[in-house]
Amino acid sequence: MKKYGMVIDTKLCVGCGACVVACKTENDVPEGLHRDWLVEEVTGKFPNLHMEIRSERCNHCSDTPCVSSCPTGASHIKKGSNIVKVDPNKCTGCQACVVSCPYNARFVMPEGYVSKCTFCDHRVEKGESPACASVCPTHAIVFGDLNNPMSRVSRLLRARKFKTIIPEAGTDPNVYYLI
Amino acid sequence: MKEITITTNKISNMVDGHFHAWGWEVPLYLFLGGLTAGILIITAVMAFRKRQDGFKLSAGKLSLWAPIILSLGMISLFLDIKHKLFVWRFYTAFEITSPMSWGSWVLLLIYPLSFLLILATIRESYPGLFSFVNKFLSALKLDVLFKKLTEFSEKNHKIIAGITIPFAITLGIYTGILLSAFGSRPFWNSSMLGPLFLVSGLSSAVAMVLILSNENEERSLFTKVDIALLLTEGIFILLFLIGLATSSAQYKAALTLITGGALTPSFWIFIVMFGLFIPLLLELLELNGRKINPKLAPALVIAGGLFLRFIIVEAGQMNSWLPY
Repeated sequence: MKKYGMVIDTKLCVGCGACVVACKTENDVPEGLHRDWLVEEVTGKFPNLHMEIRSERCNHCSDTPCVSSCPTGASHIKKGSNIVKVDPNKCTGCQACVVSCPYNARFVMPEGYVSKCTFCDHRVEKGESPACASVCPTHAIVFGDLNNPMSRVSRLLRARKFKTIIPEAGTDPNVYYLI
Repeated sequence: MKEITITTNKISNMVDGHFHAWGWEVPLYLFLGGLTAGILIITAVMAFRKRQDGFKLSAGKLSLWAPIILSLGMISLFLDIKHKLFVWRFYTAFEITSPMSWGSWVLLLIYPLSFLLILATIRESYPGLFSFVNKFLSALKLDVLFKKLTEFSEKNHKIIAGITIPFAITLGIYTGILLSAFGSRPFWNSSMLGPLFLVSGLSSAVAMVLILSNENEERSLFTKVDIALLLTEGIFILLFLIGLATSSAQYKAALTLITGGALTPSFWIFIVMFGLFIPLLLELLELNGRKINPKLAPALVIAGGLFLRFIIVEAGQMNSWLPY
């Protein structure tokens, strides 16, 4: 089975927002709603400040509270992968998954069903990268199979220091940030 | 310093200052669900009581309220869900890990049980309603079935009550587990919420008996029961707070919402003071023969139960692992 993951280099990300625009265009995300977003985190004390820019999205966690809390099976893991998706035809819009996500990565579409990042699985099926990764001008976003030791994501994680966002929430996220 | 800026928009739930997915509908549903559970537990337990004269409400009439209140709760839940035309999807799956799925199926079982409980005493409790339903159903040629069902319920009252009790307890606990199962919301993530909401639902149902009953013996018994329930609820709230206070940093941060944070006045004034302490005091005084408006304490208990759900649902959404 493929275990897809994303490795995002915070040393390369300039916060241009191309990933956000590409996602909205590719997935026709309505105005005011976003499947990915940019976070600027400044820490330290002047003049020793440190800024980190992160392109964030659903972490396609290995332990998925959004899937286990869904009462209808609408929130599910795509067969043969670890991509977390929502089936609009099964979703009641109860928002149990929205509330269960420690990353606040889910939202309700104007039609009433819940939506989120899909790692652009329609592109992945064709062997392409998700829209956000494919447009990143600094190649900060890398997508691939974490189970394949020769994939770029695996090699980056072996070569560089990395972190995940709030690992203490216990969901075993699959989006990694190189630091 | 640590400053976090979202340079592009995030999600619509976030524009209101803090994460906000559930509004008034969910806490109202949780309250009404708990109240239904309490009513069913009372009417079912009373079925086992040998002497039922002097307890006309709790042993009979009260049961009619269960499906009515539950339906109001279901309407509230329906108003909350956003993809309304797909509401039937709750009943095309049973997801063992989802408390909401358990709840939907338990609700489905609660309805027939509560109708059978009503039928078990309908001839005595609501003779007018009985003859009206009978007439109505005879027009549809269903009166024979109705009569048979009523006779069946009367004959098997105790068995029906015995089956109802565990399901009603499940319903009451479920209203708390629905929230406590969310590990992503530290304020909710306490197993105390299940028993707390069960006891609170029972206490609200007892308060309803105290408001509706005019019989001294019944009022006296249920006042004593309510005192025990309010004391238990107070202990459960204390244990809930201790749980948060002795957990990790994120849970301690969640606790600050009610120990100096935004929800401090509403929690301590509306839940602890007016929902627990004052009604407890009034009921104790009433038992000791003081003349106090008999409807005041139970009204406060019901309002306290409602506030408990509203404040806890709000607090859970105001605190999460990520500040954005």
